[in-house]
Amino acid sequence: MLRKIRITLAAACFTLVTLLFLDFTGTIHAWFGWLAKIQFLPALLAAEVGVVAGLVLLTLLFGRVYCSVICPLGVMQDGFGWLGRRSKRNRYSWSPAVKRLRYGALALFIAAIAAKAGSLVALLAPYSAYGRIAQNIFAPLWQAGNNVLAYLAERADSYAFYTVDIWIRSAATFAVAAATLVGLGILAWRNGRTWCNTVCPVGTVLGFFSRFSLLRPAIDTSKCNGCELCARNCKASCIDSRSHEIDYSRCVACMDCLGKCHKGAISYTLRRSSRDTNATAAEKTTAPAPDTAAMSRRRFLSVTALLAATAAARAQDKHVDGGLAVIEDKKIPARQTRIVPAGAHGLSRFAAHCTGCQLCVAACPNGVLRPSGGVMTLMQPEMSYERGYCRPECTRCAEACPTGAISLADTAEKSSIQIGHAVWVRQNCIPLTAGDSCGNCARHCPSGAITMVLSDPDDPESPKIPAVNTELCIGCGACENLCPARPFSAIYVEGHEVHRTI
Amino acid sequence: MKNEDKNIIDRREFLRRLGTGAAVSALALAGCDPKKNAAAGLTAAEEIPTDSMTFRTNPTSDDRVSLLGYGCMRLPEVQEGESKGEIDQEQVNRLVDYAIEHGVNYFDTSPAYCKGFSERATGIALSRHPREKFFVATKLSNFSPSTWSREASMAMYRKSFKELRVDYIDYMLLHGIGMGGMEAFEGRYVRNGMLDFLLDERRAGRIRNLGFSYHGDIEVFDYLLSQHDRCKWDFVQIQLNYVDWRHAKEVNARNTDAEYLYSELQRRGIPAIIMEPLLGGRLSRVHNHIAAKLKQRRPDASVASWAFRFAGSFPGVLTVLSGMTYMEHLQDNLRTYAPLDPLTDDDRGFLEETAQALLRYPTIPCNDCKYCMPCPYGLDIPGILLHFNKCINEGHMPSSSRDANYAAARKAFLVGYDRSVPRLRQADRCIGCNRCVHHCPQGIDIPAQMQRIDHFVEDLKQGREF
Repeated sequence: MLRKIRITLAAACFTLVTLLFLDFTGTIHAWFGWLAKIQFLPALLAAEVGVVAGLVLLTLLFGRVYCSVICPLGVMQDGFGWLGRRSKRNRYSWSPAVKRLRYGALALFIAAIAAKAGSLVALLAPYSAYGRIAQNIFAPLWQAGNNVLAYLAERADSYAFYTVDIWIRSAATFAVAAATLVGLGILAWRNGRTWCNTVCPVGTVLGFFSRFSLLRPAIDTSKCNGCELCARNCKASCIDSRSHEIDYSRCVACMDCLGKCHKGAISYTLRRSSRDTNATAAEKTTAPAPDTAAMSRRRFLSVTALLAATAAARAQDKHVDGGLAVIEDKKIPARQTRIVPAGAHGLSRFAAHCTGCQLCVAACPNGVLRPSGGVMTLMQPEMSYERGYCRPECTRCAEACPTGAISLADTAEKSSIQIGHAVWVRQNCIPLTAGDSCGNCARHCPSGAITMVLSDPDDPESPKIPAVNTELCIGCGACENLCPARPFSAIYVEGHEVHRTI
Repeated sequence: MKNEDKNIIDRREFLRRLGTGAAVSALALAGCDPKKNAAAGLTAAEEIPTDSMTFRTNPTSDDRVSLLGYGCMRLPEVQEGESKGEIDQEQVNRLVDYAIEHGVNYFDTSPAYCKGFSERATGIALSRHPREKFFVATKLSNFSPSTWSREASMAMYRKSFKELRVDYIDYMLLHGIGMGGMEAFEGRYVRNGMLDFLLDERRAGRIRNLGFSYHGDIEVFDYLLSQHDRCKWDFVQIQLNYVDWRHAKEVNARNTDAEYLYSELQRRGIPAIIMEPLLGGRLSRVHNHIAAKLKQRRPDASVASWAFRFAGSFPGVLTVLSGMTYMEHLQDNLRTYAPLDPLTDDDRGFLEETAQALLRYPTIPCNDCKYCMPCPYGLDIPGILLHFNKCINEGHMPSSSRDANYAAARKAFLVGYDRSVPRLRQADRCIGCNRCVHHCPQGIDIPAQMQRIDHFVEDLKQGREF
């Protein structure tokens, strides 16, 4: 019974968390966005004292049910383990805890958070690891299915489904996600919860508390006949049936052993010893304060490297009717400072709060957010404007973010935050290269920061070029994205290290 | 002009009357071909007769021309694979064969159509038929000023013979007279001596009929007709349909009522060839309310057939051009003209009412001729305009953000927009270079329309009040 409740709840949590990553319409978030916010590490980074305290209390009462029900990576491993058990029954066995590895991994993880090494944090954090897999591996499949429905809907003149772009946002992150999926899959298939009980920092931390949990599975030695069936079905390898002991720091309270025991020797009961436990619930609020280091105004050198490969779109002479001009893909300009979303407050604060779970990347409807490829920031999201720009009506990333790394009150707040500023690149500008009047950047600038001015002040007939008022520019990238120059735009956005509010 | 519309058996009318009296449903019986399906009564479509096409005779050359002319501006394209976007020659052959088999004998093309491949495709299809079976019309086109020199014009003219695989051209047109006003006309056809050259070619028999197609500036039209004594125009191609007949100015301030154009031609005894009888499809893709009214009056006639009957009912019309991409269009038009059932005065009044109703829906007068394309910055201009018009006609056009159906209309507009036009080819990509403007025979200020549509799309996307 307990096992069935656990499986039902776990399946529901897992499905809904996965849907958060798959749903590109933003509807699931409105209802189940909280599921991402009750994940342990995101709550810790968001300094959600109540959530962290609640999870600790949950563990003190029931053991590590968090790992069996709430954590999507744990549930995914159970899925693989279930498949493994189908191929070979009674496949597990007791093994002692690998303490050195457990505590070493935890220490490394804490050090990485302190050093703001986001890539290492993201690599170890269980929820992020799952997010990566969901966003990189599951989401494209889901989207492909959606596109088939959209294809059918189009033919049926229905607007219920629409086609979405499927693209790999970062090869490095995709590779990490694929490796994690395969590695964890094999581990879980063969040995159950090995990863959770050796590497996972959340598992180790919750293990400290679950030792003292109020309810726990216990072996009644008077009934036990020493058949070891429980140990051989324990995916956490934590039942030492010979000495009738269970390592509660590793037990994830899956309740599998209860039903396996033919003699009814294992039961989920109140702990017998009377050690005082409730006082130990410490609140962990290690989130650093926002980084308010003064931003030195960056000097932007002329972007010569960027220009070398630049070719402006050439206007063709028209001879015949019809046909479509070939459109070259835009390329990513060499930005000196990366761009992170409004609500991140700046690069340093963002790095400290983001677990790299990819939920915002999955939510971004404009093709702007993608995981970074930088060493220190690997897998943390950053922005680029080749496929779209940060549209003024959208705050989806902030709505999705479970850690508070991106937090926005509303679209008005977003539109007043300068995440970067536009830089004009003379050599690419169409009025100068092709002689056509343009002004598409000025026409689409949501903050009115761009004015078209004469390229030669003495000649009123000279082509007009954009002049950027960086005091007004918010760095949304509308100008960069809609600039007709290809592959490199004639106007592009440089990020700000610390975001400012106009 | 001899009118050969005599002895018409109005089969449809006859069958309808029969049907209403019978016990079986009127619709099913009206569809029966008495010869083939009398017993079954299962099909609603009549067999298209091969011997009933209405013909008109050109008074100057005595050509017996089918009332339905095949416009080769919208030839079918290959839909997928390596040669996607190229003309589907197999389909063209099939369509041309079917058209000729059913009496169509006039084919109109130009060196500029279908990315410049229309003449070749038309030539290949027609060369499989005896030369005396068809009349072919092509043009001295005027799009790129780089083709305005005498040498380039001669090259264009000679190339038409080669592409069409003929040694004489039945109908030769000065293309798009009136676009760019008198200045463009003088530069394109007079100063380089090409008009005199074409008159000489007619004398030599390599051109059997010489005329012009007219768009835009009425000054050029009047000037050319005043030159009739010298040039002896064998025909003139004009835009005529039941909206342009009396409301051309309401569709487009630059245009002139077809009533004026047609009567000027009639006064001089010049036969008219009709283009845009359907206003680029806008008279078949009408608003649902209007389609229902047309259907109510003639349930088994297509919406488009009304426009074709309107154009064909004028006795001074030699042929009515239709750019038929699909077999279904060809068959529908053949049903209308084989033979023609001329409009009654009552019908005419009804179509005038329809025209007035149509004008209440403010569509953009794009006829999808693609003269504006390719846009150097990659926009799909006709695609954008047609989607906009389609949404107006289907009622997916919120007139205000407070409309009751605003949410549904917004979604339909935006989702449909992405489906019809790839994101990179949408209106927000228009930089306003203005290169397209002078190519548009309808004189649409394309950049202004692009910005208007872009603004509207932004309103919808951002959920702004309007």
